[in-house]
Amino acid sequence: MKKNKKETEKALEQLGLKLVADIEKGKNPTIEFSLRTLSNVVFDKQSKKLQLGEKQQQRTFFNVGHAKKFLQTLEVAKVSKSLLDVDKHASLRDVFYMAKRTIPSSNINIVDEQTESDKAIEDLELITGHSRELLNINANKMGSVAGNVIIEDSGDSINWAKLGSGGWSIPSNVENIEFKTVKAKYIIYMEKQAVWERLHEDKFWEKQNCLIVTSQGQTTRGIRRLLQRLHDEFKLPIYVLADFDGWGFYIYSVLKFGSISLAHMSEEHAIPEAKFLGITADDAINYDLKKHFIKLKEVDYTRLKQIADYDWFKKNKEWQRQFKMMKDFGAKLEIQALSSKGITFISEKYLPEKIKKQEFLD
Amino acid sequence: MTDDKSQPIAYELAKKQKEISVAEFFTKNRHLLGFDNRRKALLMAVKEAVDNSLDACEESRVLPEISIEIIHINNFKYRVVIEDNGPGIVKKQIPNIFAKLLYGSKFHSLKQSRGQQGIGISAAVLYGQLTTGRPARILSRVGPKETANYFELNIDTQTNKPMIVREEQKEWNKEHGTRIEIDLEGDYIKGNQSVDEYLKQTAVINPHVTIIYTNPKHEQVIYARATDELPNNAQEIKPHPYGVELGMLLDKLRFTESRTLQSFLTSEFSRVGPGTAKEICENAAVLPSTKPSEVSRDMAEKLIQGIQKTKIISPPTDCLSPIGQELMEKGLRKELRAEFYCATSRPPSVYRGNPFIIEVGIAYGGEIPKDEKANILRFANRVPLLYQEGACSMTQSIMETNWKTYGLNQSGDSVPVGPMVIVVHMSSVWVPFTSESKEAIAHYQEIIKEIKLAVQECGRMLGSYVRKKSKISGQIERANMFEKYIPEVADSLAILTGKKKEGILQGLQKMLVKPEIKQEIIQDDEDDNLYRMEFNKKEENEDSKEEPA
Repeated sequence: MKKNKKETEKALEQLGLKLVADIEKGKNPTIEFSLRTLSNVVFDKQSKKLQLGEKQQQRTFFNVGHAKKFLQTLEVAKVSKSLLDVDKHASLRDVFYMAKRTIPSSNINIVDEQTESDKAIEDLELITGHSRELLNINANKMGSVAGNVIIEDSGDSINWAKLGSGGWSIPSNVENIEFKTVKAKYIIYMEKQAVWERLHEDKFWEKQNCLIVTSQGQTTRGIRRLLQRLHDEFKLPIYVLADFDGWGFYIYSVLKFGSISLAHMSEEHAIPEAKFLGITADDAINYDLKKHFIKLKEVDYTRLKQIADYDWFKKNKEWQRQFKMMKDFGAKLEIQALSSKGITFISEKYLPEKIKKQEFLD
Repeated sequence: MTDDKSQPIAYELAKKQKEISVAEFFTKNRHLLGFDNRRKALLMAVKEAVDNSLDACEESRVLPEISIEIIHINNFKYRVVIEDNGPGIVKKQIPNIFAKLLYGSKFHSLKQSRGQQGIGISAAVLYGQLTTGRPARILSRVGPKETANYFELNIDTQTNKPMIVREEQKEWNKEHGTRIEIDLEGDYIKGNQSVDEYLKQTAVINPHVTIIYTNPKHEQVIYARATDELPNNAQEIKPHPYGVELGMLLDKLRFTESRTLQSFLTSEFSRVGPGTAKEICENAAVLPSTKPSEVSRDMAEKLIQGIQKTKIISPPTDCLSPIGQELMEKGLRKELRAEFYCATSRPPSVYRGNPFIIEVGIAYGGEIPKDEKANILRFANRVPLLYQEGACSMTQSIMETNWKTYGLNQSGDSVPVGPMVIVVHMSSVWVPFTSESKEAIAHYQEIIKEIKLAVQECGRMLGSYVRKKSKISGQIERANMFEKYIPEVADSLAILTGKKKEGILQGLQKMLVKPEIKQEIIQDDEDDNLYRMEFNKKEENEDSKEEPA
């Protein structure tokens, strides 16, 4: 899926020409693109990835409900074009500030919140068929990686083993990174930055010959693409370490199958072979963590039910068993509950044991 | 006290104990009648004279035409001249009416009128006399065949009797009417609680009155009448038993000509027939055949308890003369430049045996200030109440109404905020004021309930108007929104395609007026016409604006 700058520019121009043609014909200017909701996301059993369905949505200008979004979509298209013209990249935040301006002689801002411009950018990806990175828009750096890997990035050689306590910050666009040497047997991706720091301090990656990767909360696209590349190019298994709750499960789900809102990007992000390492319901029993249970609230139950109903979990007996156990416990667990066994318990006992026994959920 | 030669001290004290004349009482307590400061005194003098004139005109079925002139003499000295076209006053009565406190026809009757106690105008005369030393000048003529009588009057503050300074017959080109001139210490300031405001409000609530007003700055305002229809003549009624108090009952018992308690009850009260009278006596454990003169205080008290226990039908309500929904609205239209008017007139109700009617009107929008608290105009028997707004049950009822339902802003239980004037009018044979200066209506549950119901009726009418308005303004806003968006979209498209912005812009603007596009924008068939009206109006304006350029 390598597309070059020319193609991206062409796609943006196509969008503009189509709308101008509408206007010249006296037709309400309309953009049509795939619907980006759960109802239009299908789980492709072949590829084991989420994909967009057939449903299309229309965005017309002369429509009270659409007008603002229409305006915003064109605004970010304009920003992207201007970035491509001068060969510069901007962050999502930058784009937000570029679009956050007041329309002359009114009190209307084109966007008020970053979520609006972010959404418009995602839509633009779908409309043009070009990813954010190709549109010269990057996300902020979020997340760290450490391990025995040497890469080349923009002409610099970087050794992930020698970057101090912070590790290497993963950029939003990892397309142009070149892996020089990769010495690892597997990758552990974890939800919590704090856990990553623990493992890094314990030199877990060195002792276990692996890579440790984290994000903060939801996994960013840069990280997902990085993991996918390491998995595809070096056949490294990926194990996910997340909280035992609905959100932890979804982090795993996104990594493995792709996300609902970015189903169109699954091809470049999903890693169907990723495995869930923990925390599982069985861990709660085997490692005697029940006393660290956190009672489920209404929202937890709702989220749990949503996840259990996703097509890609629905027929998975092992996962349904986990969901049921959580419901029976009426409780969730955080990764950090393991710290109650001692600060290095996770790096010296829990992880090595689980990996040795290959105790994963698929 | 230690001096044993002396008499008990009580004798000494007795020398100082004597009757206090009402007039003397007034000089010391003028605030009780509303003459507490110069500004208010000026208003009170005008108000008392105007109230009397209007009452007199209506009673004699004359369409009132009243002229008021305030002349600045010097410093804080003002001359107030009020002239009406009323029936006039017979010569003999002039001194008593104008120069004797608590003299009048209204106190003893239960009848809807502006004045009640017979204090008002003589209090103004007394106040003028006390502050300027000048007597009041009265000119009155009762008909074309009689000459007009002229009096200069003072009040003897010791005896509360009129002192005639001068008396003569005069030529007057008016067939009938009365003119009073009082010099007094006052202060003329415009604004709330001013004479100007009082007269304006009087014009609102009395659409059948013409008022010609000249203020001290020689500015003349004429409030012309909006209807030739006089309010119904209010009927006098006997008191209803439920409203009777012990003192009043004892008085009545003493002066009645009836020979038995039963006939006393039937003849002195409304809605009491022989059967009801008997039932009252039974409930009070008093014999119906008792002579009224022999009824003791204890028995009278029992009688009152007996009345409360007896079911008596409500007093007749034809004695009331409300303004009516239609005239109320006319009055508002006449004096307030708003965009929406509504009014409602409640059916009669009763508090403590006194029938009353509540009427409410609302004027909304237009030139009424937007971001201020709603202006509440309170009236009792067609008289504006300008003071003590906070202490009045009318204000309370408005504050306790939920105005948010009707599309206005309101924080907690307070007066709502919005471009609105609320008029509340209470007509009753006896309006329960909280004080003698007649500024606030007392908090009777029955009255508050009626005010709230009336306010709600108007509120609902207002609410549907406000909603419709905001719907239309929403549509206009949406149309405006697209006008703002178009240049932005054109700009983006021009950059994306490299085409000229101007062409794209014009293309989009052309589409904005296409019917099917308009339909998309307004999204509401029902109000399409209203919208179109507003929208076209707007387009016309834009066109005319653009023409010269």
